[in-house]
Amino acid sequence: MIWQIELIILVLVVLFGIGALAAKDLLSAAILFGAYSFMLCLLWAIMGAVDVAFTEASVGAGISTVLFVSAVLRTTRRSDN
Amino acid sequence: MKITGLILLVLLGGFLFYGALDFPVWGDPNSPASSHLSPYYIEHSFSDTSVPNIVTSVLADYRGFDTMFETIVIFTAGIACIFLLKTSKTSAPESRMYRHIPTGITLRIEKGGKYPEESGHFERIDSVWIPYDLIIRTTCRMIIPFIQVFALYVIAHGHHSPGGGFQGGVILGASLVLFAIGFNLRMAIRQMGEKITIFMCGLGVLIYAGTGVLSMFFKSNFLDYSALAPLLGTNTVIARSFGILFVEIGVGIAVMAVMIVLYYNLASAGKYDEGL
Repeated sequence: MIWQIELIILVLVVLFGIGALAAKDLLSAAILFGAYSFMLCLLWAIMGAVDVAFTEASVGAGISTVLFVSAVLRTTRRSDN
Repeated sequence: MKITGLILLVLLGGFLFYGALDFPVWGDPNSPASSHLSPYYIEHSFSDTSVPNIVTSVLADYRGFDTMFETIVIFTAGIACIFLLKTSKTSAPESRMYRHIPTGITLRIEKGGKYPEESGHFERIDSVWIPYDLIIRTTCRMIIPFIQVFALYVIAHGHHSPGGGFQGGVILGASLVLFAIGFNLRMAIRQMGEKITIFMCGLGVLIYAGTGVLSMFFKSNFLDYSALAPLLGTNTVIARSFGILFVEIGVGIAVMAVMIVLYYNLASAGKYDEGL
């Protein structure tokens, strides 16, 4: 695999992970977490674990983001810590 | 408090990395997993189970017991969510919003007032989600059947390509979640009610465990699908392939139902009435 693409994705995984933790707004944290999951899914696909990548794409990037957003709607949107 | 947390984090993280140093290097051909276990699976998987996708055969046949408890973990998550969030139906909202479809006028009816019949003229809308969303509805109506067919394909074709019960179940659940978002939660509940969903959570696990128990009836081990050969009228290899399909269907049903239950409860805060 082309190592430049791997490096870019790896850096993006870390950036999105830190962004999801640092975001004060819970909705944007949920979306960033979805992006993090999607980058992780690409990373699995690069490593050749296609089944894991598929699971990550459907569960991590797909339905868990929806569940997070629907839970955010029932709470206050901004976190205070 | 923050300092203590940071010290703990560094300490435990340091232990984690120290422990991980002993692991074999990624992709090391001499590691125990690559020198004993993987060659067996790679060499025997197809002749044992006639499943080209080794991941599926390991997941659902060689490690079937693991996967059964993974399904039970998901089932437990769904049940726990119901116990935590579900509230009684008596806590109905104070007022309901209706839309008169021909004119587009929105009505707000206080508690105790007379609600209009659900007919072609009036439709109930959520108090937090007012816009008239024709494009979204039409798109959802067009795309949902394709998503569901794809989900069934993923479940059924897990033997040959990436996929299987977990992924297919999630996609199938996601199609109903999309329906609930595109239309509204009450319409989704009318399509797939609360009780039938909870029943299907258990049904999926029951199919999985039932396949295992069925092979015990043929004087074999729990989840040894090759014992089902006389029942299916095939040889033992094809019976294992069929056994994998049965448990994948079980996993798919359980995962789909749990995803829908999680969405219903989270989106409506356990009231099953107004939601995202």
